[in-house]
Amino acid sequence: MKTRRDFIKISAAGAGAATLGLSSLSWKGAKNLYASGDQESVSDEEMTAHSTYCEVCFWKCAGWTYVDKKGSVRKIIGNDDDPHCNGRLCPRGTGGVGMYNDEDRLKTPLIRETVNGKQVFRKASWEEALDLVASKMSDVRDKYGPEAFALFNHGSPGSHFKHLFHAYGSGNEGEPAWAQCRGPREVGFGATFGSWIGSPEPTDIRDTKCLVLIGAHIGENMHNGQVQEMSTAIDRGATIITVDPRLSTAASKSKYWLPIKPSTDIALLLAWIHVLIYEDLFDKEYIEKYAIGFEQLKEHVKNKTPEWAYGITTINPDLIRKTAREMAAAAPAAIVHPGRHVVWYGDDSQRERAIAILNALLGSWGRRGGFYFKEAIPVPKYPQPKYPHHKWDWKDNLDGKYPFSAMGITTELLKASIPEFGYKHQIKSWIVAGTNLPLTIPNKELFQMAADSVDFIAVVDTMPMDITGYADVILPECTYLERYDYIRSAPHREPSIALRAPAVKPKYESKPSWWIAKQLGERLGLGDYYNYNDIEEVLDWQLKKMGTSLEEMKKIGVKKFPRKSGGLYLLPNEDYEFNTSTGKIELYSFEFADHGFDPLPNFTEHPQPEEGFYRLIYGRAPMHTFSRTSNNPNLWDLMDENSVWVNPKVADIWELKNGQKVWLQNQDGVVSSFPIKVRVTERIRWDSVYMVHGFGHNDKKLSRTYGRGASDSELITNVMIDPQMGGTGMRGNFVTFIKEKPIEEVES
Amino acid sequence: MRYAMAIDTKKCVGCGDCVVACQTENNVPIGYCRDWIVESVAGSYPNVEIELRSERCNHCDNSPCVRCCPTGASHIVEGGIVKVTHNECIGCGACIQSCPYDARYSHPEGYVDKCTFCDHRLAKGQTTACVAVCPTSCLYFGDLEDPNSDVSKALKNRSWKVLAPEAGTKPQLYFLT
Repeated sequence: MKTRRDFIKISAAGAGAATLGLSSLSWKGAKNLYASGDQESVSDEEMTAHSTYCEVCFWKCAGWTYVDKKGSVRKIIGNDDDPHCNGRLCPRGTGGVGMYNDEDRLKTPLIRETVNGKQVFRKASWEEALDLVASKMSDVRDKYGPEAFALFNHGSPGSHFKHLFHAYGSGNEGEPAWAQCRGPREVGFGATFGSWIGSPEPTDIRDTKCLVLIGAHIGENMHNGQVQEMSTAIDRGATIITVDPRLSTAASKSKYWLPIKPSTDIALLLAWIHVLIYEDLFDKEYIEKYAIGFEQLKEHVKNKTPEWAYGITTINPDLIRKTAREMAAAAPAAIVHPGRHVVWYGDDSQRERAIAILNALLGSWGRRGGFYFKEAIPVPKYPQPKYPHHKWDWKDNLDGKYPFSAMGITTELLKASIPEFGYKHQIKSWIVAGTNLPLTIPNKELFQMAADSVDFIAVVDTMPMDITGYADVILPECTYLERYDYIRSAPHREPSIALRAPAVKPKYESKPSWWIAKQLGERLGLGDYYNYNDIEEVLDWQLKKMGTSLEEMKKIGVKKFPRKSGGLYLLPNEDYEFNTSTGKIELYSFEFADHGFDPLPNFTEHPQPEEGFYRLIYGRAPMHTFSRTSNNPNLWDLMDENSVWVNPKVADIWELKNGQKVWLQNQDGVVSSFPIKVRVTERIRWDSVYMVHGFGHNDKKLSRTYGRGASDSELITNVMIDPQMGGTGMRGNFVTFIKEKPIEEVES
Repeated sequence: MRYAMAIDTKKCVGCGDCVVACQTENNVPIGYCRDWIVESVAGSYPNVEIELRSERCNHCDNSPCVRCCPTGASHIVEGGIVKVTHNECIGCGACIQSCPYDARYSHPEGYVDKCTFCDHRLAKGQTTACVAVCPTSCLYFGDLEDPNSDVSKALKNRSWKVLAPEAGTKPQLYFLT
């Protein structure tokens, strides 16, 4: 029967329509996941509200967790005073209750052991599990030095473990946020404006007149404040220009969609720069006052005409000119968005440089409707001894490679874990906190080799993710609704802080990361770094120093502070020194030149798919965060698997039907572990396929999401490294379709 | 008083937040929903358009579901809100068949359930859960008879359409185009 819960629905108008939120699940008659399923709705007054900030993604919106009289978490609502969300959480924040309710959660500490030659996990007490992890850390410290213990982390748990690692003596920490995500834009914008973009992005979208998105898919990438501001910009009639091989949601809201041939973005950017300069459309006063290197830039793009770019990008030269003129007409209230996940082709820092240069020509940095000057309030440091000096860290293994890497490169830490790579300094053991490495890091073979090589792995997580399968010890963390974390202080127009306090007691035997890290620290003789009994003491001390208190913050959740660094925007003719080597906006990068890199961005040709293969593009869905939410009952209910988008012409060639399941095989012969449904759609070029990242989980303990959809990460075996900062370019992989189930290799 | 909702298809990104917020507000079991997202695609590459719509019960003036209900469980209350009294519903499903918008579902506890325009919240002066949460603020709700209500103002300056007008149900969801 065709119901509204069918995935594909033909609408009355005859156009194909897909419905979301509508899995074809049948009700199994069990009590539903809300403890008080017998009630319909409870009024807000009958519940208690507890301050939190969200951990389902890393935009960290502040909100209130509502708990009913029976102690059930009923809903999470945004905090009206929070500049990250303005009282409106996104689907993931609203669905955060599912993270708490998920019955697949890790419940007790687990220790790997061998029974009759077979490896299994057995339940352990916290005492035993913590003793074991601490003894392994102690052994490594004695035998190799603490530096040989590495930390992979993401999000709030990371901050507690970073403190532990610094106290212990290791600076070897990495998070995918750098080399698998936004590192290149920080390098590109840092080299140009002397300032990182950071999170939340200081893009003044609400007041912009022209928003240019290059591969950035705001709306599917559900970073809340940005989505809200894009909607405001639409209301105010802003022009949106979207460059994407796929008609993203944002592209569908755009005046111009430029369906570019993937991997050619730099050519388009250079042509836009050419038009702005040679049609005299750039902000001359701004460039003259604040920038350096204009003449070199002008010479550099002399021949980079729209006609030159046409042959490369497939974008019509008239359209390139027209869109450049639109940007110039809106300038300085124009934003060429830096994007967020920008590790694509290995020349990503250079592409980000080109984006930064384009913004400079538009005069948008430090201008209303462009980029504002962000400000955060520092949180006072709780008294503690100085961290010990570590003898080496990941940088010392690089021999001068990736000179602009400012945060640990996860893939380099993996390589340092494999003796065959012959790194000067070796990693022997890991703690992995809050990041699902197998579905995050490209080139699974590298991860597998590294995991096989190290002596010991402890994993801290709320869920039995793919990474927990590699653990020797699993430490179950409670969810953000059940714990305190450090105070959120993030840069914005107005500095603010937010408090995360537990709304309910931790379920099962799970514990907060601050407690886990403290327990390990004390066992390692680092008690001086944990000079408190409860994190409440730390938070209250810090908040009192900031003129508030834990008690007050529990009531208000968010507190704003006045700006101290000056205005949001440059004043007319204001003298301003940029934090670059010359104090100017560097159109020509002296820093890049000093390190032997192109001081002005160049277009490089990248390989294109062979016949029968299609470029694998991946992205995000608004209701999921990476691979960490796909088992969340509420969010799984909205989207329970990914699909592979295929242009109808391609579908015809392969005789693929909507909803048909196929396996994907990449250029190196790697076949997806699970099949994926085909979505035949006009919304994508014929040389590319697209899928949402974060599906294709291979851990059976994830009862809902196991085996649903395919993992893009495992198909990404060709990685193009950014020579500036070590980012792993992941868009150079090509896949073909396998229509029959591949024969599995059986382990003997 | 005549409650209605306008949905700005130019702003909706189809994130599904309205669906989750409704589920948690109204304790709708996982696997069911009172509101949902529809994506319509038209045209062919590269001249493609999509329309995203947050849909729910249309709270029709001429409601086939109320007319066909054998027990009177389906009824209309103040402001034109179509409601189901759960303990009067025998779960026969006639209303589900009669609805051109597929807005009703059988609750696992045996009754038919649907959007109430969050009348428990309206009674307290709050707006509906979906409107309150929408990150793009693309949902407008209020009294059509009040020219200053959000929904009246939204409809004033924009072109709009309703779904399945040919069914003659006089639906009260307006899609801004």
